[in-house]
Amino acid sequence: MPGVLFFAFFAVVPMVLAFYLSFTKWNGLGDPQPVGLANWQKLIHDDRLTQSLTTTVLLTVVSWAFQTVVSLLLGVWAAGRQRNRAVLSAIFFVPFLLSSTAISLLFYALLDPNFGIIRKDTLGSTSGAFLAIVFVGGWQFIPFHTLIYQGGARQIPDVLHQAAAIDGAGRYRQFFSITLPQLRNTATTSSVLMIVGSLTYFETVLILTQGGPGTDTAILPYLMYEAGFKSYDFGYASAIASFLVVAATALSLILVKLTGFGAMRSTREGM
Amino acid sequence: MQSYSRRWFLGAGATTLVSAAGLTACGSGSGSGGSSGTITAFTYGDDAVKVQVKAVDRFNASAAAKKAGGKVKLEKVPGSDYPAKLRTAMGSPNAPDVFFNWGGGSIKAYKEANQLVDLTDTIASDPVLKNGFLPSVLAAGALSGKNYGIPMRGMQPVILFYNKSVFAEHNLQPPTTWDQLLDINGKLQKAGITPFALGGADIWPELMWLEYLVDRIGGPGVFDKIKNGDSSGWGDPAVLRAAETVKQLIDGGAFGKGFSSVSYVNGGAPAVFAKGRAAMHLMGSWEYSTQLGKFPDFAKKNLGWCAFPKYEGGSGDIRNVVGNPTNYWSVNARTSNKDAAIAFLRDCASEAYAKDLIANGDIPTTSNAAKLLDASPNPEFAKFQYQMVQQAPAFTLSWDQAVDPSVSTPMLTEINKLFVGKSTPSQFVSALKGLK
Repeated sequence: MPGVLFFAFFAVVPMVLAFYLSFTKWNGLGDPQPVGLANWQKLIHDDRLTQSLTTTVLLTVVSWAFQTVVSLLLGVWAAGRQRNRAVLSAIFFVPFLLSSTAISLLFYALLDPNFGIIRKDTLGSTSGAFLAIVFVGGWQFIPFHTLIYQGGARQIPDVLHQAAAIDGAGRYRQFFSITLPQLRNTATTSSVLMIVGSLTYFETVLILTQGGPGTDTAILPYLMYEAGFKSYDFGYASAIASFLVVAATALSLILVKLTGFGAMRSTREGM
Repeated sequence: MQSYSRRWFLGAGATTLVSAAGLTACGSGSGSGGSSGTITAFTYGDDAVKVQVKAVDRFNASAAAKKAGGKVKLEKVPGSDYPAKLRTAMGSPNAPDVFFNWGGGSIKAYKEANQLVDLTDTIASDPVLKNGFLPSVLAAGALSGKNYGIPMRGMQPVILFYNKSVFAEHNLQPPTTWDQLLDINGKLQKAGITPFALGGADIWPELMWLEYLVDRIGGPGVFDKIKNGDSSGWGDPAVLRAAETVKQLIDGGAFGKGFSSVSYVNGGAPAVFAKGRAAMHLMGSWEYSTQLGKFPDFAKKNLGWCAFPKYEGGSGDIRNVVGNPTNYWSVNARTSNKDAAIAFLRDCASEAYAKDLIANGDIPTTSNAAKLLDASPNPEFAKFQYQMVQQAPAFTLSWDQAVDPSVSTPMLTEINKLFVGKSTPSQFVSALKGLK
């Protein structure tokens, strides 16, 4: 019950307020003035919405691919039992403990074209800025997903690998025929977290690129921030926020449906 | 850029809640003070903030503070977060009593929400304030003839700075015409030196180029029209010409490669300039105090300055200036201790305050400043700047401060698109014409 109360107060109430604000004009001072559907009409006709949706989807897909491949491999590797692996795994986990802001500032300094390590106009070019965001996000979150995969991989009964080895399966065959299928649910959990998480990706973009160059990395949360805290158009920002809530909810429902995550079929079927 | 933490966001969320709760309660402002009478002052936290720190210390120890029964607590807000943090705070119960601003468009929304103390009568009835400041500077921060601000920092004209040793080494003279500037540009590039430092990641340094070019090509009237809400002013041929000129500079490599990932706020562009990798830097006069803080040797020995050059065939006077007349303290109407706030503001007109500004390399806007300029760490620079502002036929307020934030944000985005080559000069003009 306390959980429900907390959820109501910290999630539902602000959401309802934002939805209410999306029908008003408010610059942060005084009282919001009702404007009907004006903000929503503006949203539908805003070219930047289309652009940032595309960018958001692209960023989600590329980040997912990058993070899944790396953390799957690292996680399976780290599931081994040797001592050095435990130590290395602990070190790998460190980036996740840092705040996104600290990480972004660190990479911002490293990418400085005059005094950084990579002396190129990385953040000034569209692909450079995009890849930088993908990389920095990956650098931070891969440790977490590695941990999930490590846990998943440790759950796979050794007998499966032993049986396969007796049948003459090599390491690669074992990985693709046993480890990977056994990690199906783990992959789903991890992917849902990644995909929904990338919809709220924000600090990295704010600090590294501010949506730039031009508007090329202005993903939805950044667009919302800009409308709210730069233009002080909180009504419009709330419309974007409400849209984001709907989109994220829809997306996670679709994901759950498509992956069979909801049904939670056991990976041990037939064992 | 340091303070976008989760806490910042929680704060913003809490503000939304509180403000929305205030809706039902008809926004009865609760004021920000306790019984202690301590008032809070928000200021922009950069290298120049030490002047305000001293002023606060001086005021808190003074008889005036005792009489008003209040002390001032200074809150330094890091650079580019300032406007957002202020807006959020002003809508919340933790609003500052006194706050730094840019006058004009930057405080219009607060005035419309009745959140500012009208200082017109206070100034008129107080000789210290009335005679303390250059009238033009006081007026520049006013809104429809009423004063809402007291000047509290130095003059901030935008100046073309150059590196004397680089110029001497390549036998160059500071440019007075655009052709000369282009000539220097070519020579420096041949020598493998980036002609101009530019903190493109912040966008507002890019804006300065357009502000000056539009002024030099079309005169101050072009932006005046835009500032007064006529967005067709963007269609003036001078805007297109300025945009084309900028594009030529960029395409010709005048700002070097990678300028759009260089920032001014984090010290990138000043470092490029101070270390001689770039020969010139178009920047506000605060560049001097920034350099004095970060590269004192360079600031003292090799920093040169000149007016933005004349543009052949343009109608703007070479003496015209763009930038910020100064910054202002304004008083929140909900302050818990107005007496203390006003007593504190009077300190800005004091000679001690003016001397602190000068010691920091800033030029006060107080009417007695001229006689103090010899005490500046660089009297030559101080006099140049003072005269520059005094003699300017027109002082155009920085575009992003002169217009409403709902216009300045997309305007800056369009400027950035022009500089990174995402839009052509004509696309730039048509996008700006669409801004309301």
